[in-house]
Amino acid sequence: MADLSSNFIGIKSPNPFWLASAPPTDKEYNVRRAYEAGWGGVVWKTLGEEGPPVVNVNGPRYGAIWGADRRLLGLNNIELITDRPLEVNLREMKSVKRDYPDRALVASIMVPCTEEAWKAILPLVEDTGADGVELNFGCPHGMSERGMGSAVGQVPEYIEMVTRWVKQYTRMPCIVKLTPNITDIRKPAMAAHAGGADAVSLINTINSITSVDLDLFAPEPTIDGKGAHGGYCGPAVKPIALNMVAEIARSPEMRGLPISGIGGVTTWKDAAEFMALGAGNVQVCTAAMTYGFKVVQEMISGLSQYLDEKEIALSDLIGRAVPNVSDWQHLNLNYISKARIDQDACISCGRCYAACEDTSHQAIDMSEDRVFTVKDDECVACNLCVNVCPIEGCITMERMEAGAIDPRTGRVVQAEPADWTTHPNNPMALKAAE
Amino acid sequence: MDVKALVPGIVPGRMDKALIEAGFADLHPPLDDHEALVAADRCYFCHDAPCATACPTTIDIPLFIRQIATGTPEAAARTILSQNILGGMCARVCPTETLCEEVCVREVAEGKPVEIGRLQRYATDTLMAADVHPFERDAPTGKRIAVVGAGPAGLACAHRLAMMGHDVVLMDARPKPGGLNEYGIAAYKSTENFAAREVEWLMQIGGIELQSGVALGRDVTLGSLQAEYDAVFLGLGLGGVNALGVEGDDKAGVGDAVSFIADLRQASDLAALPVGRDVVVIGGGMTAVDAALQSKLLGALNVTIVYRRSQERMAASPYEQELAQARGVRIICNASPVAVHGNGSVRELEFEFTADDLAPTGERFRLPADQVFRAIGQTLTGDGLPELEGRKIAVDGTGRTSVPGVWAGGDCASGGDDLTVTAVAEGRDAAEDIHASLMEQANG
Repeated sequence: MADLSSNFIGIKSPNPFWLASAPPTDKEYNVRRAYEAGWGGVVWKTLGEEGPPVVNVNGPRYGAIWGADRRLLGLNNIELITDRPLEVNLREMKSVKRDYPDRALVASIMVPCTEEAWKAILPLVEDTGADGVELNFGCPHGMSERGMGSAVGQVPEYIEMVTRWVKQYTRMPCIVKLTPNITDIRKPAMAAHAGGADAVSLINTINSITSVDLDLFAPEPTIDGKGAHGGYCGPAVKPIALNMVAEIARSPEMRGLPISGIGGVTTWKDAAEFMALGAGNVQVCTAAMTYGFKVVQEMISGLSQYLDEKEIALSDLIGRAVPNVSDWQHLNLNYISKARIDQDACISCGRCYAACEDTSHQAIDMSEDRVFTVKDDECVACNLCVNVCPIEGCITMERMEAGAIDPRTGRVVQAEPADWTTHPNNPMALKAAE
Repeated sequence: MDVKALVPGIVPGRMDKALIEAGFADLHPPLDDHEALVAADRCYFCHDAPCATACPTTIDIPLFIRQIATGTPEAAARTILSQNILGGMCARVCPTETLCEEVCVREVAEGKPVEIGRLQRYATDTLMAADVHPFERDAPTGKRIAVVGAGPAGLACAHRLAMMGHDVVLMDARPKPGGLNEYGIAAYKSTENFAAREVEWLMQIGGIELQSGVALGRDVTLGSLQAEYDAVFLGLGLGGVNALGVEGDDKAGVGDAVSFIADLRQASDLAALPVGRDVVVIGGGMTAVDAALQSKLLGALNVTIVYRRSQERMAASPYEQELAQARGVRIICNASPVAVHGNGSVRELEFEFTADDLAPTGERFRLPADQVFRAIGQTLTGDGLPELEGRKIAVDGTGRTSVPGVWAGGDCASGGDDLTVTAVAEGRDAAEDIHASLMEQANG
């Protein structure tokens, strides 16, 4: 069994799987059960300032999209930060941390954008023995209407300012949680970095309407005939999250800035992908909300098995794919491949044909007896056939050897890579030294 | 065990009433909404789908399944019914394992096809439960057409003709319409009086006058119909049953499988139906399996199907054979009956083993039997019919017979597989040709 123990910005946990700040981490009862189930850490549900507790809606808080067998693919919510009194949360955090000293306990915080507010709450949190704080600059609904959450996260200057306050008023490590509801994730991340954040965590949820009730003509989830946008999460958001994590990880200005990866982590494999793209650990919510805390056991066994098979340590995995995240302009235009259909695996459904013929490059031939073959002189290797084929591994992309002639272009395949930066069609092409 | 289980002879009540009723419950219970969504999701929406090609009525199967998947089973039903107006019955009785589901790419890939038959039933049941008839008649043409036989071919023909604006008189010799759907399908494939309900629903198109108890050759003749109507469609089915042609064939206890099946279908109380303790069914087709399995379900102790050739050559599909065997029916192959023994009533049946070319081997054996069913094929009966091809009415691709103005389809006509679904296709296609022909004359 590979060693999964994790040290994220000095916060130690027996494994890199943390529960994200969300309903599963709202109280002592849940958090104790999460630790018992094996979670390495918990980011406690976001604390607000002292005073009358937050009020939640009393109708549905969640909306979802499903696959045909009700597999939950995406979840959105309009729940606010914790609606329990601050002192209750603090007392419970202290009690839990005392009993589970080997587990990570991080407090998520969201208070108004004033120095006093942050200055007031940080010592209270520190007193619980929490290992760190996570600044909730991501929550896109409700609290953002009051100038908190993503309203802060969308203004890099605010992020930097608040992060500075936090670093000034506490010794605890500080994680800044980012909203994806912006155009360039690097800007808020850089602001956090500039403010002295020890790490960023992302993504928080995405502005969303899960569906529209076509009888009520109202967005889901619907409260008395009306709906408000919620925060979208779950497996459906993973590709968006992976990209944003990678954008930060490969940014030279933020090289080495630790990242806690969040967004649709459902299996060990998802976690490994986030970590390969630079996440030091991952945070999970929807998978636990869908299947319960026990899912962490599969994540632990799966990641461990993977590391054993690869014969690498957890630390070797982190960021391992980052050097391969590139810009389009640097992709090798001399890399030429063609689709190949394995006739033994093919079940003759014809989806590749319909997709290619109707919507792509008319590069698949269909015989009268339903044999499907690729027309190399038309195939641009777009991969659509691979993506729509229901049989995994039936259609593959096969690289053409250097020296061969591409039947589509009639040109010889070059061994040397060449990209857009030097392409003759590029008016900005870099000229070879004259 | 109930004492009556062992009583020799043909008696009712061999099994507990509740057990009998449970045995005759729906063979494939209907899918519920969620099951239908899950089943529909398995469809790959194949290009030029093999399932649709394999369907004798060419239903656009991927389209109707996608319509189910998107929550519009009514639209799915319309897709089905526009090609096959008896799509509800076909969903129940089609040997899908040798038609659409056999060529489903998921059958090829995983040995587990999309459940096309059950999905079709889900769609058509949904529409019928809402008592919606999704088709309307075109403007009246003023043409009158006689359709003889209210079985699948006749019903499909009548409906299509009515839809195109013709007036149809639909005649059937039996007291109820439906043909084999009503009298010939195993009871567990058509529960809750489905055949009759389907006919009633079909008739909602309007323009079809049903005349029950009218037999060709007895009450009407082909000549009289030709004189009175603009066109005639013959969907007579096969009225006769082949005899065993062996000594003792007329002994008490020897009967036709088709009559037994019809009695079963018309029985109001299955527990009151008498059945033998030792039942032997002679034949290798669907009728043989239906008679054997239903005998077993009624409580017969020993039920044996005896077929003269090897099992691979049985006309009943492997699925049907397995179904019967799983319920305890024994299948003996390569044996032909040579004599029926018994003093007045059958007591034993004597067989001789036969090679696949039916060459006798000289080796004989006997089976105890107090009830014997002949299921060795049905024959066309009647005089004054159009020219025959073999033992059926000769037709061309669109159902035209040797007599101008007379079409035929279904089991009485040459070609086809003697399936409900092929009968529907033939009736429908003949209707299209009758329409084209009459309109051509009218515009002539």
